[in-house]
Amino acid sequence: MAQSDTVLLDVKGLVKHFPVRKGAFRRVKAAVRAVDGIDLFIREGETLGLVGESGCGKTTAGRSILRLVEPTKGEILFRSRRMAGTAGGVKEVDVVKASRGEMKALRRDMQIIFQDPYSSLNPRMTVGGIVGEPLLVHGMARGEERKKRVADVLGAVGLKPEHMKRYPHEFSGGQRQRIGIARALVLDPQLVVCDEPVSALDVSIQAQVLNLLEDLQREFGLTYLFVAHNLSVVKHISNRVAVMYLGRIVELASTERLFADPKHPYTEALVSAVPVPDPDYSVDRIILQGDVPSPVSPPPGCHFHPRCRYAVDVCSKDAPVYRDLGNEHFVACHRADDLHLQPIHDRTTGQTGGPAA
Amino acid sequence: MPETRETTPIRRSLLARTAGGVTRGLRGQTVLKVGLVIVIAFIVMTVVAQMWPSMNGFDPTKYRGAPRLEGPSATHWMGTDQLQRDVFTRVIAGGFASLVVAFSAVALSMIAGSILGWISGYTGGWLDRSLSLFMDAIYSFPSMILAIVLVAMFGSGLSPMIWAVGFVYIPTYFRVTRAESLQVRETTYIEAVKAIGASRTRIVLRHVAPNTVNAIMAVSSFNLADAILTVAALSFLGFGLPPPAPDWGFDIQNGQKYLQSGSWWLITFPGLMIIALSLGFGLIGEGISDLVNPKRRRKLG
Amino acid sequence: MSGLFRYALQRLVLTVPMILILLTVIFLILRVLPGDPVSAMLGGRPVPPEVLQSYRVKMGVDKPIPAQYVTYIGGVFRGDFGSSMRTSTPVLRELFSRFPATIELAIFGLLVAGILGFSTGIIAATRADRPIDHGIRIFHIASFAMPLFWLGLMFQVFFAVKLGWLPVAGRLGGDVAFTFQPVTGFYVLDAIIRWDGRSLADIVLHLILPALTLGVAMTGLLGRMSRASMLEVLGQDYVTTARAKGLRERLVVTRHALRNALIPIITVFGLELAVLMGGAVLTETVFSWPGIASYLMRSINARDYTAIQGSVVFIALFISVINLIVDLLYSVVDPRVRY
Repeated sequence: MAQSDTVLLDVKGLVKHFPVRKGAFRRVKAAVRAVDGIDLFIREGETLGLVGESGCGKTTAGRSILRLVEPTKGEILFRSRRMAGTAGGVKEVDVVKASRGEMKALRRDMQIIFQDPYSSLNPRMTVGGIVGEPLLVHGMARGEERKKRVADVLGAVGLKPEHMKRYPHEFSGGQRQRIGIARALVLDPQLVVCDEPVSALDVSIQAQVLNLLEDLQREFGLTYLFVAHNLSVVKHISNRVAVMYLGRIVELASTERLFADPKHPYTEALVSAVPVPDPDYSVDRIILQGDVPSPVSPPPGCHFHPRCRYAVDVCSKDAPVYRDLGNEHFVACHRADDLHLQPIHDRTTGQTGGPAA
Repeated sequence: MPETRETTPIRRSLLARTAGGVTRGLRGQTVLKVGLVIVIAFIVMTVVAQMWPSMNGFDPTKYRGAPRLEGPSATHWMGTDQLQRDVFTRVIAGGFASLVVAFSAVALSMIAGSILGWISGYTGGWLDRSLSLFMDAIYSFPSMILAIVLVAMFGSGLSPMIWAVGFVYIPTYFRVTRAESLQVRETTYIEAVKAIGASRTRIVLRHVAPNTVNAIMAVSSFNLADAILTVAALSFLGFGLPPPAPDWGFDIQNGQKYLQSGSWWLITFPGLMIIALSLGFGLIGEGISDLVNPKRRRKLG
Repeated sequence: MSGLFRYALQRLVLTVPMILILLTVIFLILRVLPGDPVSAMLGGRPVPPEVLQSYRVKMGVDKPIPAQYVTYIGGVFRGDFGSSMRTSTPVLRELFSRFPATIELAIFGLLVAGILGFSTGIIAATRADRPIDHGIRIFHIASFAMPLFWLGLMFQVFFAVKLGWLPVAGRLGGDVAFTFQPVTGFYVLDAIIRWDGRSLADIVLHLILPALTLGVAMTGLLGRMSRASMLEVLGQDYVTTARAKGLRERLVVTRHALRNALIPIITVFGLELAVLMGGAVLTETVFSWPGIASYLMRSINARDYTAIQGSVVFIALFISVINLIVDLLYSVVDPRVRY
């Protein structure tokens, strides 16, 4: 992967609260703290995995970055190629503060692939209409030129030009997901948010689509924010992984480090749940006790403390600081320095996880 | 022209789908076919009567040579009225106001109601809440009474009837399109269209609106059936076309005066025409509902 | 019970904006449109301007429209609907005196529609796709498509003029009108209270045709709904179970299916109320029935603004209250609904 050191996207203190309205006058009674202050950055050409249980705010985080939901607070700095105007230049834009016009221009640089390949395609439009619409909206190509661009991108995702005239319902789930990918890529974006792009697909199809995403990344120099609910999918495709719990990032590190040396108890539990294709390996799975607390009233201190088997007094009082332990290994845990957590594979082969063959 | 080219793929596909749906659906759709035949027959009949009023020698307004108040006979198939006119000719020509007002009013309310419904449903928030409250208030009130009050205030004749009836039916379309828009709004494909940077107008017109068309079609046919009855009632109450013009509703009111003397034909025939036309629209509505609602089709089949 | 009470109260409060909206629409249309109510009332006769002005002051239409609006709304909420511009009698008093006539007509109309619609619907459902089902369905559709006023006139032609069995119009025959003394205004009830058999017969005879007209016109919707609802219930597993355990078909229908089929039908009753009131206007016109609707029609023809506004608010209020009652009835019929 053509990775560089340039930071493409830099998210600082991103917050998204959804108001909870009640009663006849619909007064705001509380807030769902879906995203409660997260920091992360993505380098050009890399894939950052964003992992957490359902309801942890990972999808909202992805959508806030694209401003499909309006962020409550924070900065989202994006190095846009196109906003610079001149060829070759770049311009750093704060997505949160972008005007309507700027936002429309930014949409060409930042795209999204959705989880559900069924509801994400308008059933009344042909494939050509769906994939061509971004070009139409941005006035990028007309008539035959547009047809050609659509045919090209369909070819890139493994579909045929003659599919343009068909309707979504004539395709299988995997094919529909390819249509969704084509729609995102037709604008030639820099960043693509992949919102659980394979979790709604059959297992046999998942690998195909993952491989396709990797191929496309190489071919078009894409940067991915890859949202997933388990580590096993992310492990293969990500350079670095961020683990989210109840609206906050608890740990972020390169994939190798995260699997070899998890620093947060929650990461440890997730790592232990990754299946290992080795019959001799006896799984020592950590089963988390209790339920995920409500994001309307998260527990005080460290959000994870009620379910943490290493919790001490301070965990229920103060929120741990999200800090760099060195080598860009970020963690938010009071006991990160004195705990020795169980990495994957440590007792059998000694081999650590990482991008597998 | 590049401009037309640009929209072609989507527009053509929509048209093709609709046309395909119609031809596919017409196969075996007796109810729909019968309804269409009735309505088309009425339209043709009315147009011909308008262009060529005295085709059988009895002009509906000018001819005054028949015997007074006589029952159906070989020359006057539906009898004659107190002004010595031929009832049959008047009945043939008498659907003009009903058709014009029903189609115009339904078009008016469909456009206004649907646009408001799309906007309200898609936008949500306080706008949606206040619009819905307003529409529900109008909807819960008897449409017949509201139409009468409105037309009485607007004056009588074609355009007052169109405005009054059109206003009364706005909530019908608003409710349908709002409910559908609310559903469409929550779908991921709308989010996908937002992500590519489409404007609000584009989203509503290209994505929300087309997905409500089926529902609008079904509602509008039933609505036309109802509009025919409403217009007939307004004419009956004297808010329709001024006297010499042939009009079913007004002719029935006229016949009411001679009811005691047993002149049943003055009332019976215009009424049967109203029933037939209203039934025609109703059957189209039934047919369309079966077409667009596969669940219902299965139940009936 | 307190939950039910609270729900009823909330619903009642919610009707206030609805009535305000209707009132405002009517008020605006009446005032904004050209046409002077005073000259309309005086029948277009040439009147000296100072006389015209004195009438304006008397009727309260000399003030600017917003002031009239505030005055009127305030009056409505205090229960003062103003006085008729035509007869100067208080509108509310007039409406109340005519209300029983409309209600009596509506109740008997509903009775006809209920009996006809429900029974035909159930018969059609239990004999689905047989000739009798097709016949009933055609009858239902025809009932939809029939202009109510025409139906009334046809009844008059046939039963009153041709056969002479029933009176053509009105609420009372000429001779009875002299002797009959109303108590509540509901004539059927009054005749029973007075134990006046001769009047009762006359009253019932007068009621038959209007009630039949209103009832038959509403049968279609009710009948279709009954049929659909019954068909759905008959397809449920618990009905199949009842059949499987050897219960006779009649018992299957009456014991197991009927009650559950009733729930959606109640909704239709609520919806039909608006249709019913609309139908009442035409029925009252055709049969010269002295109810609210004919009062409204007469006020419209005389451009009697206060009377028109008053009638509209009255009808809206009445519909709100009935809808509320229908809503509460749900919880009686359907044990799952709790407020």
